[in-house]
Amino acid sequence: METISVKINGVSYDVPKGSTVLEAARAAKIDIPTLCYLKDINEIGACRLCLVEVSEGGRPFRLVTACVYPCTDGMEVLTSTPRINKSRKTNLELLLSNHDRKCLSCVRSTTCELQKLCLEYGVDETRFSGEKNHYEIDTASPIIRDNNKCILCRRCVAACHNVQEIGVIGANNRGFDTYIGSAFEAKLGETSCVNCGQCIVACPVGALYERDDTDKIREALADPSKHVFICTAPSVRTQIGECFGYEPGTDCEGKMVAALKRLGFDGVYDMNLTADLTIMEEATEFLGRVKNGGVLPMITSCSPGWIKYCEHYYPEFTENLSTCKSPQQMFGAVVKTYYAEKMGWDPKDVFFVSAIPCTAKKFEVGRPGQSAAGVPDVDVAVTTRELGRMISTAGIDFRALDDECFDNPFDIGSGAGAIFGATGGVMEAALRTAAEVIEGKPLEKLEFDDVRGVEGVKLASYKLGDINLNVAVASGTANAKKVLEAVKAGELDVQFIEIMACPGGCVNGGGQPIQPASVRMATDLRKVRAAVLYNDDKTSEVRKSHENLAVQKLYDEYFGEPNSHKAHEVLHTHYIKRGL
Amino acid sequence: MIRTHVLVCGGTGCTSSGSVKIHDALVEEIAKKGLEEEVKVVGTGCFGLCALGPVVIVYPEGTFYSCVTAEDVPEIVEEHFLKGRPVQRLVYHETKAADGATTSLSETSFYKKQKRIALRNCGVINPENIDEYIAMDGYQALGKVLTEMTPDDVIQTILDSGLRGRGGGGFPTGLKWKFASGNRGNVQKYVACNADEGDPGAFMDRSILEGDPHAVLEAMAIAGYAIGADRGFIYVRAEYPIAINRLEVAIKQAREYGLLGNDIFGTGFNFDIELRFGAGAFVCGEETALMTSIEGNRGEPRPRPPFPAVKGLFGQPTVLNNVETYANSPQIILKGADWFTSMGTEKSKGTKVFALGGKITNTGLVEVPMGTTLREVIEEIGGGIPNGKQFKAAQTGGPSGGCIPASLIDTPIDYDNLLAIGSMMGSGGLIVMDEDTCMVDLARFFLDFTVDESCGKCTPCRIGTRRLLEILDKIIAGNGEMEDLDRLEELSNYIKSASLCGLGQTAPNPVLSTLRYFRDEYIAHIVDKKCPAGVCKSLLQYTIDPDKCKGCTLCARKCPVNAISGTVKQPHVIDTAKCIKCGACMDSCKFKAIYKA
Amino acid sequence: MKSLAELAAIRERMQNKVIIREGANATRVVVGMATCGIAAGARPVLNAFVEGVAASELAEKVTVTQTGCIGICQYEPVVEVYEDGKEKVTYVKLTAEKAAEIIEKHLKGGKVVEEYTIGAYRK
Repeated sequence: METISVKINGVSYDVPKGSTVLEAARAAKIDIPTLCYLKDINEIGACRLCLVEVSEGGRPFRLVTACVYPCTDGMEVLTSTPRINKSRKTNLELLLSNHDRKCLSCVRSTTCELQKLCLEYGVDETRFSGEKNHYEIDTASPIIRDNNKCILCRRCVAACHNVQEIGVIGANNRGFDTYIGSAFEAKLGETSCVNCGQCIVACPVGALYERDDTDKIREALADPSKHVFICTAPSVRTQIGECFGYEPGTDCEGKMVAALKRLGFDGVYDMNLTADLTIMEEATEFLGRVKNGGVLPMITSCSPGWIKYCEHYYPEFTENLSTCKSPQQMFGAVVKTYYAEKMGWDPKDVFFVSAIPCTAKKFEVGRPGQSAAGVPDVDVAVTTRELGRMISTAGIDFRALDDECFDNPFDIGSGAGAIFGATGGVMEAALRTAAEVIEGKPLEKLEFDDVRGVEGVKLASYKLGDINLNVAVASGTANAKKVLEAVKAGELDVQFIEIMACPGGCVNGGGQPIQPASVRMATDLRKVRAAVLYNDDKTSEVRKSHENLAVQKLYDEYFGEPNSHKAHEVLHTHYIKRGL
Repeated sequence: MIRTHVLVCGGTGCTSSGSVKIHDALVEEIAKKGLEEEVKVVGTGCFGLCALGPVVIVYPEGTFYSCVTAEDVPEIVEEHFLKGRPVQRLVYHETKAADGATTSLSETSFYKKQKRIALRNCGVINPENIDEYIAMDGYQALGKVLTEMTPDDVIQTILDSGLRGRGGGGFPTGLKWKFASGNRGNVQKYVACNADEGDPGAFMDRSILEGDPHAVLEAMAIAGYAIGADRGFIYVRAEYPIAINRLEVAIKQAREYGLLGNDIFGTGFNFDIELRFGAGAFVCGEETALMTSIEGNRGEPRPRPPFPAVKGLFGQPTVLNNVETYANSPQIILKGADWFTSMGTEKSKGTKVFALGGKITNTGLVEVPMGTTLREVIEEIGGGIPNGKQFKAAQTGGPSGGCIPASLIDTPIDYDNLLAIGSMMGSGGLIVMDEDTCMVDLARFFLDFTVDESCGKCTPCRIGTRRLLEILDKIIAGNGEMEDLDRLEELSNYIKSASLCGLGQTAPNPVLSTLRYFRDEYIAHIVDKKCPAGVCKSLLQYTIDPDKCKGCTLCARKCPVNAISGTVKQPHVIDTAKCIKCGACMDSCKFKAIYKA
Repeated sequence: MKSLAELAAIRERMQNKVIIREGANATRVVVGMATCGIAAGARPVLNAFVEGVAASELAEKVTVTQTGCIGICQYEPVVEVYEDGKEKVTYVKLTAEKAAEIIEKHLKGGKVVEEYTIGAYRK
């Protein structure tokens, strides 16, 4: 790699040609504060906080934005001078002068990037106080926008426009009156927003957050007439530790289960189990479509963000969607039908909670066709973040807990179910089962490496028995768009597609713990969290969904066989052609 | 046989004061008198002396009629065209010699010191007739570059001419072209024209587009040849309907003549131009915001580098120049760099067009060689300050510029001199202020504009300018403290150094320059709670002098809020709590008994 | 447009038509066009001058213009020729034919046609 020499604060460093000043400085272990910058997503030089002094070709030092300014050979950079510090302080003071400083109760207090910088620079009350903008808080969707806190860094806009290519939010008005919102002043819930929540995890402050549903859980837990259960999605165990100071990529399954039990749930279950159940239904559905000339390519339906995206932007593909409910909904449906019947409970007395790294699941629980027992399959879906807060609020010392195991009878999940949380995981799990069903013999190698990894679009071809199978895997709606357009144009001949709304899959979902831009610059969260899941899989005793004994038991006792009439009633759903 | 040409100004100023009607009336009246074969009516672009509009000029005599109405037309046709007696009451007084004869327009003080390069065809040719442009050597320069010059020759000529960007920045045009010239033929490139003139009071670009649109088209094609681009975009404000119309006509005619399109002059060079309309955001005059807007996005600037020459429109190398810059370049090609460098100062060559406005007799458009002093422009060309008032300051560069006090009126105008005294060239607005102007209020006026026009992308401009404005409001309301001056300066300097684009980087200039030259006025507002110019209402008080008041009751009847009381033939009194300081009483008093302080 | 020649042709054709707007030239032919002049036949005289000048190389040097009553109505049509640095020449009782002669001899040839001047007439 071609390098150039840059002198930062008097010390020379060789940095790759094309580096920005920010990248060069971070490589030199010097932190330059940023607010609007988010690696690869938002590089617009708007907040002006990262100003540093730069001299090129011996010319006088001047202020430039480190986040976007390219290094040149021989450049001298000063990252902390009185001029710079004064400038950053003024910048923060200006931001605070139009910021709702209700930090004490802010959901982002202590994880707020603005708050952290104000602490570092000793800024509190502003010398430039003046008029403030006042905005109504938009609570019309699971994603809540409080523009009184917004600092207009545009990271959410970039996530929506550039990463997801949805673009339902943008800057409205101009100047001091600029605010982020939707076209024609629509509330987010009235737009074709898919609730993926990528905007929330991009937000450096408390302007975006999910609707907090934890009080509903607390009330249910306090109600002696309710049987309250919780299941946790595969990815939650890879993320929850981050709420308690663990490094990203730490597997905290045992502590998580222990904490949830201490919260008082009557059962703490593993959603990996219904991931396996999904595979049984979906693989069967797929083979059925192949044999019976059904609509192909079939597309997975686990990601409710993707489902809403498809309904809005590609309604012509709703027939291609697998009719399987998502694992979360299957779990609630199984508990409220099979388990309630078995235990002799009225389904109304069962309160089922799903913990997921997802904001779209909050929307999914209210969808039609998700009430197998006549009551909603899932009562409340909470994000990893909400779960973390619940545990903290309950006074549970998470880090000190000993590992505990999921509860019977929904405690078994295969390795195939675990990898659902990473892009390509559903495909791989389905391929394992489909291959063995078709070929009637155990696979020699369980890993389908071609569908692994964080790339946005992955294509692979397999021969299963006498079926030649082309598959595609896409994560992030922008990549979904690419794949669907290619299918529409006849350029891509595939029979099975896995699509996840969030880039990298659920491990990078909109409900994950929020990591600051500085961490996201150094760590690919998608990779380190997915690694936990692939490790789980590797070390699992059961690695194929159809070998999950708990799942087999469900079929034996209740559903009969995959895609049976009963299975269709409980485990499948339908879609809406929403359009735009 | 045509013996007389009647030129009717079709610029925006004269159009809005009725020149279309005059044009039609002339045609009709001339036909009525059977003079169609002798007298030709020509609609042109702006003559520059907008204060006297609608303007009609009759050639070959050069009779300059000002403030013409449609009702005057029969008399003009009868007396002048038929009988050869110019209608003296309509002739601009400066063009009347002592003996009643007409003196040449170019001898009037308004035109005498002007040197028209960018405006050379404005008010001379019919902008909707490409033949007239060609008659004035139009498209000769394009022919010359395509047949006699290499692209590098073209760039070298522009470099040698010392032409600098007329949009405000003053960046060397040739250098811009040179930066974009690499890898010709292998990369899609664009030539763009910034016609998003937004400074309040500036209208030179509009006048050029209205009066000589082909000059811009020709120049863009030349730039296209120089850098290796085959497509051009003109980004013009939608609020310029006449300019847009003339451009559309000009592009159509140029295409019909094959002066735009494929294989121009049989040389294999292809170039075509499209129009894009701006919706009026001031920030879209900033080059990166302009390009973002052309691309179909919200017009917001983006950081540079990368510069447009490297990564411009649609991510491709782009040359973007202002209308006036382009209007200069065909002349430079035709007459040579030496001709151009013979005008102007050491670092600013050629001429500059200014839009004169404010407290000045001859409001309008003037083009003077760089280095002309402010005094020459204001006192000689502009005809000085009306109503016997004193010159106090001039603002150049619009809201991005600064004020220049009377003590610096002999400054030769060029890019560097203006920067050195805390202002800037800007696109060429020149607003003149007299003694009745409050400089704090002036700073507030311009800042109010930039606060309104800030795009809201970067923090310093979005919030900082607003806070500056609030401090000024506080001072104007009489609530200022001396510490506010320090805060104004600190915040201004921060906004200048930290903002993303030129809008924010220059927004505090009006504040800083007024603080620099008129600090005493700020102090008067803060310490004495007085507005020396008598402008800031909160600091004013109207009082009736009981010795002079005759008790005529007129003021009491005029007062819209019934703040004046008194009985007939007794001195009246103003209730200052009720008074809204509208000044109606003072205007109405016949005994000069009311004064403000 | 495929060649510079085409451009040059348009330029040639148009130039004479717009040259009038350059303003007054060094030489000015002023035709008295008041009621008295018109009644006496000034219009054909004016037209003769306009056409004669435009059709020749004089176009760039000579301006034909009109004026009101010069004050010697009995001599109409009256035409005055102003040349830089020379005394004004006043022609009287002109006709279109005489105008053509003046164009040839005076304006082109530089020789005043004495017989039509007011001086000659008064004698």
